[in-house]
Amino acid sequence: MTELPAALLQTDENQLARLHTRLVADAAASGLLDIAYRTVDSPVGSLLVAASDRGLMKVAFEVQDHDAVLAALAEKVSPRILRAPGRLDPVARQLEEYFAGTRRSFDLELDWSLSSGFRRQVLDHLMRIGYGRTESYAEVAAGAGNPKAVRAVGTACATNPLVLVVPCHRVVRSDGSAGGYAGGVQAKATLLELEAAA
Amino acid sequence: MKQPFEQIVAAHGPAVLRVCRAMLGVQDAEDAWSETFVAALRAYPELAADANVEAWLVTIAHRKAIDVGRANTRRPMAVAEPPEPPPVAVDDDQVWAAVRDLPDRQREAVAYHWFAGLPYAEIAVITGGNADAVRRAAADGLKTLRRVYGATPTTKGARS
Repeated sequence: MTELPAALLQTDENQLARLHTRLVADAAASGLLDIAYRTVDSPVGSLLVAASDRGLMKVAFEVQDHDAVLAALAEKVSPRILRAPGRLDPVARQLEEYFAGTRRSFDLELDWSLSSGFRRQVLDHLMRIGYGRTESYAEVAAGAGNPKAVRAVGTACATNPLVLVVPCHRVVRSDGSAGGYAGGVQAKATLLELEAAA
Repeated sequence: MKQPFEQIVAAHGPAVLRVCRAMLGVQDAEDAWSETFVAALRAYPELAADANVEAWLVTIAHRKAIDVGRANTRRPMAVAEPPEPPPVAVDDDQVWAAVRDLPDRQREAVAYHWFAGLPYAEIAVITGGNADAVRRAAADGLKTLRRVYGATPTTKGARS
């Protein structure tokens, strides 16, 4: 075993934090920051939010595994991904207002590149379901232009890349029960109660 | 499959900073670190999936350190400090100064092997020469550091 003076192996966390901030700024200035992300605390657990320079691209629950979500973004979109909290401050603020009951709709630029085809049509329709309201999967299928595609609506909701912002939690079963949810059944119940109470 | 670049920074940022500091001193290390990671971020999508990321980063840092070092030799220096005799009580800055005082080959070998954990053969690819020469340079450099400052509080080094 070879021994080095401990001074040579110490890490100054403050210095590294400062360098990280500088890297984010340099990367953005050079057009190299393809995806910026941060996490936001919420009553339904930690939320991962990720954005390209076109807008918010991904919102994910803790139960969806943030590391796995980032790995998937690296694979599908670009590995040029950095934690850059400042660039997502408006998103964090609007989510906090939503959970505080003081915001009923989101005013954010969105990057839709993670969804296409009929799924995208479904998400477009979901954007028109107002705060505190719900629709059945069959109603959404009809609204998205294909009344027979009830199962595909379920898939579109389950793979919604922009949970909360695109309100798939407002889609419930025709018998009135909540149905499944990417964030878990409990999270869906919490969101529906929040919107019913406000 | 390629991991998000954030994980590269988290995993290798500290070691690359130690390498930059060994090569350039505390003042210029931050510039070299920043330039290294911006260059790495630019090239990252093209990096082979099975590449040795640490060796790749040290290769970039090595070039950046040479660039920054060259720029500095052209820059007029402020007041040169007179050399001081080795003090009895050694502080962190003095240990780093001892690293800076090593001959280039020894400093590179010590930094890349002991700070960044690269095998001698990988270092030889970056600096030129062969693995045995790098091994000797690392050993000689370490011997000098020990002679000047002793092997005070210790941390286990990298793999051989």
